[in-house]
Amino acid sequence: MSVKLLYFAWVREQTGIREETIELPQEVATISDLMTWLKERGPEFAAAFAESHVIRAAVDQTHVNHDARVAGATEIAFFPPVTGG
Amino acid sequence: MIRVQENDFDIGAELARLTEGRSDLGAIVTFTGTVRQGAGDDKIDEMTLEHYPGMTEGELERVEAEARSRWPLAASLIVHRFGRLEPGDNIVLVITASAHRKAAFEAAEFLMDYLKTNAPFWKREVSGDKARWVEARASDDANAKRWDARGKAAE
Repeated sequence: MSVKLLYFAWVREQTGIREETIELPQEVATISDLMTWLKERGPEFAAAFAESHVIRAAVDQTHVNHDARVAGATEIAFFPPVTGG
Repeated sequence: MIRVQENDFDIGAELARLTEGRSDLGAIVTFTGTVRQGAGDDKIDEMTLEHYPGMTEGELERVEAEARSRWPLAASLIVHRFGRLEPGDNIVLVITASAHRKAAFEAAEFLMDYLKTNAPFWKREVSGDKARWVEARASDDANAKRWDARGKAAE
């Protein structure tokens, strides 16, 4: 299953990319699994997701927790806590 | 009504448009958030607001709908800017209108508390040759949470 990944703010700066489309590996069931998998992709991703507990995620543009399932998602975003307003 | 835009907004014009022809409004609250210059180590020269197009609009619509379910609002507007901003520039505008002031005041505060913790915006401040991403404040989470315990408030 292919899914679009988006990165914002310092997560984007550290990964070095704004968005990409990947094939979700079989073993990735949750947001937490996906971050663990992303960390293995190279030093940029390892750095970006080093403190994965502070990173927030959205599935199809809705805020989710790290235990949320990713099956069926078309768009998953990773970003720091928001600071608008 | 919500809007996300790079350009500045004119508070008077927004207010006039929102309330045109309305004689049922007894109380109108406007809140404007602007870029603070800060001082000392916190002094900034400029700021860039990044956002998540699509989700930003969705979240602002969601918080506006939540406010309208809690208070009897006759009209409401949220305008949030993104892009490069300088100290003194407008960032966000919230207008709430109701028959009576309590609902309008409370809803405006609720909207700001909720959008600060839910709308996907990120501030990057530049000071001289240094840049840093603004960190979320625990007090913002606390401000948003205090509404959770409250049901529907003023009528």
